[in-house]
Amino acid sequence: MPEIRRLLPTLDIASAPTSLERLRERGFERALQRSAAMTSQAIVAEVQASGIKGRGGAAFPTGAKWAAVLAASGEVRYAVMNADESELGTFKDRALLEQDPLGAMVGLVIAARAVGAKRAYCYVRGEYREVEAQMGAAIQTLRQAGWVGADTVDIEIRRGAGAYIAGEETALLNSIEGKRAEPRVKPPFPTTQGLWRSPTLIQNVETLANVALLFAHDVDWFRTYGTPDTPGTKLIGLSGHIEHPGVYEVPFGYPLMQLITETEMGHGVSGSGHLGAVLLGGAAGTFLAPDEIRDSVLDYGSLAKYGASIGSGAFMVFDDTVDLTWVLTKLARFFADESCGQCVPCRVGTRRILEFLQRGELERRPEDLRDLAQAMKDASICGLGQTAPVALLSILDRLERRTNETRR
Amino acid sequence: MKNKVTLTIDGETVTVPAGTTLRAACDLVGHPVPTLCWHENLTAANACRACVVELKGSRTLVASCSREAEEGMDVRTNSERVLNSRKVVAELLLSTSKSELAPDLLSLAQTAAADPDRFSGGATWEQPVLDDNNLYVRDLSRCILCYRCVEACGDDAQNTFAISVAGRGFEAHIDAGFGRALPESDCVYCGNCVAVCPTGALIGKTEWTLRQEGQWVDDNITVTETVCSYCGVGCQLNLHVLDNRIVKVTSPMDHPVTHGMLCVKGRYGYEFVQIEDK
Repeated sequence: MPEIRRLLPTLDIASAPTSLERLRERGFERALQRSAAMTSQAIVAEVQASGIKGRGGAAFPTGAKWAAVLAASGEVRYAVMNADESELGTFKDRALLEQDPLGAMVGLVIAARAVGAKRAYCYVRGEYREVEAQMGAAIQTLRQAGWVGADTVDIEIRRGAGAYIAGEETALLNSIEGKRAEPRVKPPFPTTQGLWRSPTLIQNVETLANVALLFAHDVDWFRTYGTPDTPGTKLIGLSGHIEHPGVYEVPFGYPLMQLITETEMGHGVSGSGHLGAVLLGGAAGTFLAPDEIRDSVLDYGSLAKYGASIGSGAFMVFDDTVDLTWVLTKLARFFADESCGQCVPCRVGTRRILEFLQRGELERRPEDLRDLAQAMKDASICGLGQTAPVALLSILDRLERRTNETRR
Repeated sequence: MKNKVTLTIDGETVTVPAGTTLRAACDLVGHPVPTLCWHENLTAANACRACVVELKGSRTLVASCSREAEEGMDVRTNSERVLNSRKVVAELLLSTSKSELAPDLLSLAQTAAADPDRFSGGATWEQPVLDDNNLYVRDLSRCILCYRCVEACGDDAQNTFAISVAGRGFEAHIDAGFGRALPESDCVYCGNCVAVCPTGALIGKTEWTLRQEGQWVDDNITVTETVCSYCGVGCQLNLHVLDNRIVKVTSPMDHPVTHGMLCVKGRYGYEFVQIEDK
């Protein structure tokens, strides 16, 4: 099956990415007009009917989140685009914002309108300077066309300062407020108490781009691709030992192995040419063995069987010569560097995991590592600490299976 | 709005006023949860995670110090997951920080049956003592980053905002701004951070010196209650006296005027009392 292009513009579109012409060509002007004629309730109902799930990693139903913000009490409301993409192996928001920044921006305008926000923020990763410039130009185009402004919704760009943790939604809100990017305790959720304690809708770039597409067309069009459970398409970042690394758009339900083998996509495993494992979902993701990849499709139900999730869409391929403990050590160093340090399980736990791996104790002290990993999953404040040991646990499970098989 | 909620804690049904935290509710049924960073007069920081409990339907454990009780909640304070987290939290802290002056941490370690060696052998918080002024000493090798001092210095009490957390991950630490010494910082030496520190990482200079010399004997200290004579606010002072010498001044945490907080004069301006020919 050839690659689909819905979120990414088709190759025949030649207009400048931030031009008014592009706004029309991609149907985004229609999306703005159509949603402007709808009530907040009707917009939220349509998002709910579309079945869009959050594309940042947690896959929370987007419509339910919008409904929660709409129902929350409070005069002032905010909408926020999370463009602080920093997950290892994840570069899909960057591709989206470089190639078609108006999509996500129009999604943000529609989101703000739906929840009654007069002000919206785009929080962009500090290293993404070119992306930031592109976003600024897109906002300018929308401003000139009258869709963004003081009497509709004002959009402001805020630049991150290089901390992975600032991509965690509540840490991101603290950062916008000028505070240290530390996650907040939930509840209260941002939907009721977000920016400056006001109801706030915060969505990933790709989620908002899907919203723009939905309103450029309709629910039926949106649901032509994907599965009944998870409609639509997903951007996948292919990297590692793969012949053609890059960002590819595929429908949910797509066989994972085809991402690697399809000539229009991965075009096969590079390096030794033999697949060893895939790290799915980034640093906080799960290692999948070749048979598990062959057996799975891109959907949450299918992957749950192996304790895996799609996460941000990072798909890192390793050939059969790669020592996965070496990869694990790299991931552990990443988390130890990026933990904010607020809570004990994550602050000390990420460091201890790194030390265990550096001392080569992975196979010698699996029980101590499991207790530590479980405490981090159970007792850390935010998703960083809770998911930091996930890849490690998937390797420990694999080692345990191997030991049991040899015993038998 | 309903002003009472009913929940279950370890199988016991309890009704509490709306807004009660799970920690307080657990106390009420006689199943107290251990805490390190929580303090009665400060905003809950949720940082130590020693107080986590299992809440039915929640993917993760929840911090009982800040989670409010809700109708129908089913809470367990002693499940396997809770006990594991408590134990690991204690073990991780024991592996980084000196604990002799941290009674809450030592008692958590004991009740959780923590093995202090399980996660030791790696990086620690061992570092030189910061002795840069005459009033208090900072021994950050004892710090567990509970945030109490930051909150007392901030809008929970003093509103001076002289200190904050800097750095990240294992490098996160309490800092007076750009690594400055206290005399160069915004510190006003109220000592409220010292008053709430649970580990001896912040400690009065007199107490620290006497401990260094082996002269500090808890059993020989008497406490005399008085009222501060500097201004008309009426702060209660508890004078801690050793060998007829004032060695520390505190105020009761439940005192209606001070809530345990004093100013530099009340907390450290006591030397004149013991000058013979004043």
